Amino acid sequence: MSKYIQALGALALSLSLTVGVFVPAHAETQLLNVSYDPTRELYKDFNAAFAKHWKAETGEDVTIQQSHGGSGKQARSVIDGLEADVVTLALESDINAIVDNSGKIAADWRGRLPNNSSPYTSTIVFLVRKGNPKGILNWGDLVKDDVQIVTPNPKTSGGARWNYLAAWAWANEEYKGDQEKIKAYVADLYKHAPVLDTGARGSTVTFAQRQIGDVLLAWENEAYLAGEEFGEDAFDIVVPPISILAEPPVAVVDANVDAKGTRKVAEAYLQYLYSDEGQNLAAKHFYRPSKPDVVDPELLKALPDVKLVTIDDPLFGGWKKAQPEHFGDGGIFDQIYKPGN
Amino acid sequence: MVEDIHMTNAIVGEPPEFRNPASESPAAKAALILAALVFLTFFLFLPLVSVFVEAFRKGAGEYLAALAEPDAVSAIKLTLLVAAISVPLNLVFGLAAAWAIAKFEFKGKAFLITLIDLPFSISPVISGLVYVLLFGSHSLLGPWLKSYGIEILFAVPGIVLATVFVTFPFVARELIPLMEDQGTGDEEAALSLGASGWQTFWYITLPNIKWGLLYGVLLCNARAMGEFGAVSVVSGHIRGLTNTMPLHVEILYNEYNFVAAFAVASLLALLALVTLALKTVLELRFGAGNTGGKH
Amino acid sequence: MADTTAVSGQWRLKQPSIIPGFGMTLGFSLAYLSLIILIPIAGLIWRSASLGWSGFFSVLADTRTQDALFISFGTAFVAALINAIFGVIVAWILVRYEFPGRRLIDAMVDLPFALPTAVAGIALATLYAPKGWIGSLFMPFDLRIAFTPLGIIVALVFIGLPFVVRTVQPVMEEIDREVEEAAATLGANRFQTITRVLLPGLMPAILTGFALAFARGVGEYGSVIFIAGNIPYVSEIAPLLIVIRLEEFNYAGATAIATIMLLISFTMLLVINLIQAWSRRRYGHG
Repeated sequence: MSKYIQALGALALSLSLTVGVFVPAHAETQLLNVSYDPTRELYKDFNAAFAKHWKAETGEDVTIQQSHGGSGKQARSVIDGLEADVVTLALESDINAIVDNSGKIAADWRGRLPNNSSPYTSTIVFLVRKGNPKGILNWGDLVKDDVQIVTPNPKTSGGARWNYLAAWAWANEEYKGDQEKIKAYVADLYKHAPVLDTGARGSTVTFAQRQIGDVLLAWENEAYLAGEEFGEDAFDIVVPPISILAEPPVAVVDANVDAKGTRKVAEAYLQYLYSDEGQNLAAKHFYRPSKPDVVDPELLKALPDVKLVTIDDPLFGGWKKAQPEHFGDGGIFDQIYKPGN
Repeated sequence: MVEDIHMTNAIVGEPPEFRNPASESPAAKAALILAALVFLTFFLFLPLVSVFVEAFRKGAGEYLAALAEPDAVSAIKLTLLVAAISVPLNLVFGLAAAWAIAKFEFKGKAFLITLIDLPFSISPVISGLVYVLLFGSHSLLGPWLKSYGIEILFAVPGIVLATVFVTFPFVARELIPLMEDQGTGDEEAALSLGASGWQTFWYITLPNIKWGLLYGVLLCNARAMGEFGAVSVVSGHIRGLTNTMPLHVEILYNEYNFVAAFAVASLLALLALVTLALKTVLELRFGAGNTGGKH
Repeated sequence: MADTTAVSGQWRLKQPSIIPGFGMTLGFSLAYLSLIILIPIAGLIWRSASLGWSGFFSVLADTRTQDALFISFGTAFVAALINAIFGVIVAWILVRYEFPGRRLIDAMVDLPFALPTAVAGIALATLYAPKGWIGSLFMPFDLRIAFTPLGIIVALVFIGLPFVVRTVQPVMEEIDREVEEAAATLGANRFQTITRVLLPGLMPAILTGFALAFARGVGEYGSVIFIAGNIPYVSEIAPLLIVIRLEEFNYAGATAIATIMLLISFTMLLVINLIQAWSRRRYGHG
């Protein structure tokens, strides 16, 4: 028996030895950028570019740590104490939530950087199977009898809310503002969705890998990325004649940078997103740069002109109004699924 | 304890005329094995096989490269560290709780057992959330600890706490039915012969429960390493710092890096297989005779 | 221990026993339990109490909450039942039979614990999707598994299997074969021996395994969201509804659903544990 105990002890010991020493934080300046899911590839490149730029400018080393996750969840982590220096999220309302629930970001954040603090924008497009067998060209085609759509759940995914709003914007034009008809269209649209994944990337996998559905409603940059990842010959991208202007905003987390003394570098980091290099990197990753004039025209070719409705359009009245009205508890989206509808 | 003589009857190739009455007919045996195998194929083997198929889709080179990547290595280290702290804690608790519950009759026992079961029934999302409520920026404790420079949330202590919470019942729940089943006769005999309490535990109880204990520890360890939901809430997902292996899997998956994601996932599966191989070695070496009806 | 002078009829916390260590082990267990489980859960309930009774009941009265709870508890129950039946068979063949690959199967039973639940969910969703290895087998019968409540059951069977096998297995290994021989000698056929002699002795362990698999299934999130479809009122599980409330920054609403789940699970577990305590007294110590 004691042998057995010894063996168990040895097992425990070897286990704890494998762990080794847990490496503590480095000495040079560190920034934590808390972001949402689809920006991984962009910030991987941008962080390297900024570190180089900062070194050339000031001689200081800076490392940028990344945290990615669903936009709403990331906002909650910052509210609960995740020490983000900057947040780069999917929706204005998520940053507003940080302002309202923790006061860690000043209420005037949206006016502190150009273009409503959105250095790049995006829109919603359709990803369809190669050759577009179901002939999907516009939002109205999504509710044809034999079409199945894939979109994430607007309650849990920021991107999904842009999908929903884009559909709403089209229906508003199609039905000349008739509320009942718009609601009926959007409800019909979601009846064509067999799965509501919790995040945008989950939906992409459902569509691309599990071969569910005929069309994926996706961020423009995600649609291109999916094309690259899953093979160019598997899908076509259809840009509908009207869509939404998705503005993913960025902000410095005031309370955290003041506590850590990183305000200067954090502000420079966000400013650099508007620089020529930052804008080109955004375009390279298929975001729409806010200053297209500084960007290589070759990169812009992939981003065709579309009629884009903004969230501040009277149709939606800004996030502060649209969020509770459409996506709040008991809001229009919840009503779609009420039995008997 | 068990006479292996009886078991020799079950050896394959025995004349069919005679069958041990304390054993099933060969047909029944075959049917049971078949039923179990079909069930396991659909619910266990195929999911696992698919993990390894995905992991090796681009060959062994890619597989190893995915594991050697610095973020993967730091995730592996963090996972081992978290397991190395939380498993012993729950092991000590499991022994103490099982002793109190199985060896004594007292009021409120079923209530206490139910409280121990509770973490199983709590959604992992909530298991993480309770610590956020307790230590977050809006709590009483969080800002107070922070004024002393102690970070709980979005750091290692929070991850350990969430893991301890989720794996809390494993050892205790493994031991309680076993120790209850064994009763108190052996211990009472030892005590009446003059053994001390510790001696009784060490020489009488522990050998009796060693397999149950080992199962409990292995399960606890496996779950501690594999926990995703609760840890995800308290981790903050900082690449290379607070990402455990399961969280790293999610990150890789969300980067469409399926090979790397499944490679790290398969490593978790392999870790479980290694601990189980160790169990088998221990079984063969120290106690085959004690494993009841086992051959 | 203090209460050796037992007077019949007098209330006492515990039955007298010569075994030492009750105070120490129980005391430690309670302290650790409070620190890790009870205090954090009290915080949770406290947070949901900020809703007040009326707010709490309106969460409960919402058909969406009710449907989600029904889906979570219903699928967990079915999955635990499947696991209780097949888990016992698996444990039995592992303990009693010798066949090629037995040790490998024994080793693999624990893997649902080790595999991160998200990976399990992804793997299962891929397999059981209409074009997956397994899902395509069922398509000729027009039976969809992934993205329906059936998919939830599949995920929960996977998640809960080790609970039943690993609780039943050690008890099975301790069974004295002489009991079975005695039963056979006394004229019982094999079926009678199993149902009348062996199963009653195993029942506490089977019930424990069932209860644990059930409890675990009720709260499971990571694996289920990939395969469930997540359509409100159809395949939306209660933990997803909690996450949705959190996304609305509605902590009170989220904790209220969590508290309701907690109360239901606690009651069900308590009933199962009481049945077990009763069956143990009835059948004695194994």
